[in-house]
Amino acid sequence: MSENQDLKYAKTHEWVRREGENEAVIGISDYAQNSLGDITFVELPAVGDRLSKGDSFGVVESVKAASDLYAPVSGEVLAVNEELEDAPEKVNEAATGDGWMLKVRLDDAAELNDLLDESAYQAANQ
Amino acid sequence: MAERKQESDIPGGGLKTTPLNAFHREQGARMVDFAGWDMPVQYTGILEEHRAVRESAGLFDVSHMGEFTVAGPGAAGFLDSVLTNDISKISEGRAQYNLMCRPDGGVVDDLIVYRTGPEAFLLCVNASNATKDFAWLEGHVGDHDCSLRDDSSRYGLLALQGPAAETILKPLTRAVLDHLPSFGLEESSVAGWDVIISRTGYTGEPGFELFTPWNNTEPLARALCEAGADHGPRLAGLGARDSLRLEAGFPLYGHELSEEITPIQAGLGWAVKVKKKTDFIGRDALRREKESGPARRVVFFRTGNRRILRQGTPLLAAGREAGQVLSGTLSPMLNEAIGSALIESAAAEAGELSAELRGKSFPLQLVKPPFYTSAHQKT
Repeated sequence: MSENQDLKYAKTHEWVRREGENEAVIGISDYAQNSLGDITFVELPAVGDRLSKGDSFGVVESVKAASDLYAPVSGEVLAVNEELEDAPEKVNEAATGDGWMLKVRLDDAAELNDLLDESAYQAANQ
Repeated sequence: MAERKQESDIPGGGLKTTPLNAFHREQGARMVDFAGWDMPVQYTGILEEHRAVRESAGLFDVSHMGEFTVAGPGAAGFLDSVLTNDISKISEGRAQYNLMCRPDGGVVDDLIVYRTGPEAFLLCVNASNATKDFAWLEGHVGDHDCSLRDDSSRYGLLALQGPAAETILKPLTRAVLDHLPSFGLEESSVAGWDVIISRTGYTGEPGFELFTPWNNTEPLARALCEAGADHGPRLAGLGARDSLRLEAGFPLYGHELSEEITPIQAGLGWAVKVKKKTDFIGRDALRREKESGPARRVVFFRTGNRRILRQGTPLLAAGREAGQVLSGTLSPMLNEAIGSALIESAAAEAGELSAELRGKSFPLQLVKPPFYTSAHQKT
């Protein structure tokens, strides 16, 4: 899992990867995709929508259940991974890579400090 | 992310285990509590296991199912008095789908009845209902001259399903599978283990169900896996079992059937023989409903997209609620969400149903099951 050392995690299983000064990419963790099983559908916000930390920004559905996605940080949506519309299984295949969900402009990069690092997140799921 | 379901890592909390529990864990299964049993929901993935059953073969542990033995001169008469189908029509070595109903027509359980001898029957019932079913049977046996025995812990049960099932089983048994019809059974052996082989299943594919003494189940499963090394079978869990049965249009108790849903409403009138010689529990109610037509019925639908509609989701017709979803899954073969619902008959006939999901309306297409027909299934 060393390739995920640059990720920060919410307890609700979303990850954030900071890019540059005030942008970040968001997805769900490998642990989360594995728990969900086969992912069949992902509903994401539109470019330009605003995320508020802790609020639901979308839904991920698997054969087993539908789960709300919660914003790990606040910001404006700059891009969404449109490939997930036709290929939601990318989240299963590479949750922290090709299965990314959103790119956002951070309102406040300090919010990242409230999130868990890789080892704390892994420990929380033991 | 929230709403993830609880999974168990350790058998415990009073969960019952099948003889394959250690085997499932060794094979990397994800275990869940199903009706009080610690069962594999999947090994590698539900969709993958589903496709393997459609394309080659899958092996399911269904040892949690209940088995009862009913034997004696009065066995057939007794079963005819508590079951809806015509037991007198089953000859030795044949099986029949049945429903056990309450006086009001609500379903106690659905089951397969196997005639294992002139006066002997094996009943295979849902795990979730086994205790209730046995009590129901004991409560109604009365003066019928037969014995009733709960053999659930004596039999393990494996389902070998898929177009390659016969190729896998054939070299392991002296049973002449070519002569075994659909819903036929034969007491034989497989890989040296005593087995009742029946050509039945719950997937819509050709295949077999293998009843074997409890302690034979694990070596039998290993023998089947080794035999099929180059062409399956893949181990398949309860997740794939559910999506396969729904794609095939088969009911599942607790969804398409319940104490509140009658077999007539569920479209299973073909298994309710109101004209058979023996009077049976629920007969009057079911005959009336058959004659007048049910006020509500179970329908099957396609969604046209990949949004799975979950059990309990309300469905709308002409702007008002006309029923609720009973089952929903993604059909791996159609790559589309499918499901079943209980709706008012008038709405079922008009056919204009829609679902509302988080503020958006989705039209549903009603279809006559199966959603997917196996190219291999014998009729």
